[in-house]
Amino acid sequence: MTGTAKDNISEAGRVIDLSLRGNDLLSLQEMSPEDMELVLSTARSLKEILARPIKKVPTLRGKVVCILFYEPSTRTKASFELAARYMSADTVSFSSATSSVKKGETLADTARNLSMMGVDLAIMRHSVSGSCHFLAKVLDIPVVNAGDGMNEHPTQALLDIFTILDYKSRIRGLKVAIIGDILHSRVARSNIFGLTKMGAEVSVAGPSTLLPPEIESLGVKAYARPEEAIEGADVVYVLRLQLERQAKSLFPSKREYRDFFGIDRYRLSYAKEDAIVMHPGPMNRGVEITTDIADSPRSVILDQVTSGVAVRMAILYLILGGWD
Amino acid sequence: MAGDLLIKGGRVIDPSSGADRILDILVVDGRIASLSESIEPENGATTVLDAAEKIVMPGFIDMHVHLREPGFEDKEDIETGTRAAAMGGFTAVACMPNTEPACDTDAVVAGILERARKKAWVRVYPIGAVTKGRAGKELAEMGEMRAAGAVAFSDDGSPVATAEILRCALEYLKSFDAVLIDHPEDMSLSEGGQINYGLTSTVSGLRGIPRESEEIAVARDLLIAKLTGGRLHLAHISTKGALDLIRQAKAKGLNVTCEVTPHHLILTDETVLETAYDTNTKVNPPLRTQEDVDALREGLADGTVDVIATDHAPHHIDDKWVEYDYADFGISGLETAVSLIIDKLVLPGVISWMRMAELMSLNPARILGVPGGTLEPGAPGDITVIDPDCEYSILPHNFESKGKNSPFIGWRVTGAPYGTIVGGKPVMYGRRLVL
Repeated sequence: MTGTAKDNISEAGRVIDLSLRGNDLLSLQEMSPEDMELVLSTARSLKEILARPIKKVPTLRGKVVCILFYEPSTRTKASFELAARYMSADTVSFSSATSSVKKGETLADTARNLSMMGVDLAIMRHSVSGSCHFLAKVLDIPVVNAGDGMNEHPTQALLDIFTILDYKSRIRGLKVAIIGDILHSRVARSNIFGLTKMGAEVSVAGPSTLLPPEIESLGVKAYARPEEAIEGADVVYVLRLQLERQAKSLFPSKREYRDFFGIDRYRLSYAKEDAIVMHPGPMNRGVEITTDIADSPRSVILDQVTSGVAVRMAILYLILGGWD
Repeated sequence: MAGDLLIKGGRVIDPSSGADRILDILVVDGRIASLSESIEPENGATTVLDAAEKIVMPGFIDMHVHLREPGFEDKEDIETGTRAAAMGGFTAVACMPNTEPACDTDAVVAGILERARKKAWVRVYPIGAVTKGRAGKELAEMGEMRAAGAVAFSDDGSPVATAEILRCALEYLKSFDAVLIDHPEDMSLSEGGQINYGLTSTVSGLRGIPRESEEIAVARDLLIAKLTGGRLHLAHISTKGALDLIRQAKAKGLNVTCEVTPHHLILTDETVLETAYDTNTKVNPPLRTQEDVDALREGLADGTVDVIATDHAPHHIDDKWVEYDYADFGISGLETAVSLIIDKLVLPGVISWMRMAELMSLNPARILGVPGGTLEPGAPGDITVIDPDCEYSILPHNFESKGKNSPFIGWRVTGAPYGTIVGGKPVMYGRRLVL
């Protein structure tokens, strides 16, 4: 299922770029900068809908979006559901706590059953890397990755880039420091792929046990001390310490992590004066980020959440819109 | 008793004698009777096989196969696994003990041999467990198993758990003249890992298994082999570092041998990304990097590697058509090995046909101490015939194995097993099983 970037059609007076239509969105590693720009500009024009008293446009009326969550999530799931509903798509959600996963049904079976009910698009969150690629092999309908294991979370990175653009108006040449548990972070991977493609200078830092091997081959600078990465940064991106994924002895205690790697007033002082602070949520307050920073005027963490709905509306629209 | 068999006009390559020329081979009463430039059939009862344009070698022996029986017959059984072996050009297989129950008593060894007598298409050599239940705590009754027909001992699927139990096993086996085959892996480094640790694990988000997991275990094994003077064979070597350690040990005169698999000689971890997380790329030890592939090929050429073995690990589709982390480790290898070795190593000139016969026939026979590996008169009539020109596509629905789990599906290859003759009886000829 491929479209071409130049292939535009007109629908009700709006021009729809068809380059994403019918496609999967599995990773930013595989996404072109042009397609990323397209999502961001479309999100820009759709964001206005969120400020309306009646938050509903008929664009995806009659479309059905299935949301499969095999891992707990609050904001991503709600964000996708609301994005679909604001566009008038119907949604059906399954999470591992309530679906027949507990009865031992395979992912392939669950997905194929759902697709036989007339679903037009599947969104999945899963704890295993590559699961969305697997789902895309199982299903004929488009698949959107809502986070797969330690691999990617492409819509998160797109909303992060959207938020950065809100404050900095550009990506090219910006210094972005991503701090924390890079190893287990799909958010870090997608942001690294997305930001470097759009011309940012990305540095990463965290305890070396939480930096993956050969990370610098992805075009970033890696540091074992956060201050070095933050030096002169325009954006300080704080990652959630993924306590549920710490299978081994990768750091001694949350206390020690906070003392040497947590983002507080002191560490943030290495960044530019007008640097913004981001976090994908949910936060471990007092571990990777102090409350005074999280709630400070420099924090754009809640803007990220709003951006998330707009970006996901854009993605659903670009993949599902303009059919007939 | 099998009738006489005459194989005419093939290019005979036999590393035990160094022969490489067009010869006819006569097999009488299941044994090689004579080789000569022209042998005519003596009577009408002689079966004559035309091997013109073909290559005739001593029967290939795959010393690392999982037949899965008893216990995992949904994945493979002795009949289907040996049908796969026959199709793949192997006249004998040695089967690993990680069955259910584990092959850790003489009763299980005898059961496998009895089953093989009734159902097998090629020779089956059971490998017994080193420790009871392969649990790594107490030595299994290796003497009894040896007497019942086990040819070697291994806890494969897992490493022999500790240096101490390995020391005891290598010492104890001296009384029974059998090799110990270890699966070298430091489990503390590999736990939870899915693919090779490195750039590909970083990009894919799959947990990595460092090469050092294998290399630390190889170093341990070599030191214990030196300490005991026991007979050690190292299974499925996959890294440059491990091979370097083995090369050094051999240079110092240590009595150690090792094997590599076709997939580690051909594929790298990048295949995982190229195939969008195809679980058929999931194997233990994992596919490594080009540097390792190059080193393993060098090891084939310089003699550090003794054997090519498939580590045939068939799995049911249900165990592979799942998320990557949930898939079983393993590649179904019996029916692709010969073609891949010819296409990727022999025809491009990495190894010679003679070296291929050494790696796949002579050396495994010597290491296991089983008959075969040679076409000298008096040897068993176990013969593999190769069609070096046959070009075809690897398709899983053509596999006799129940395990269709191959990362080589769809590959176009040149060179194929053409005949498999066991004890003078063709079990496969013309790329078809012979009933």
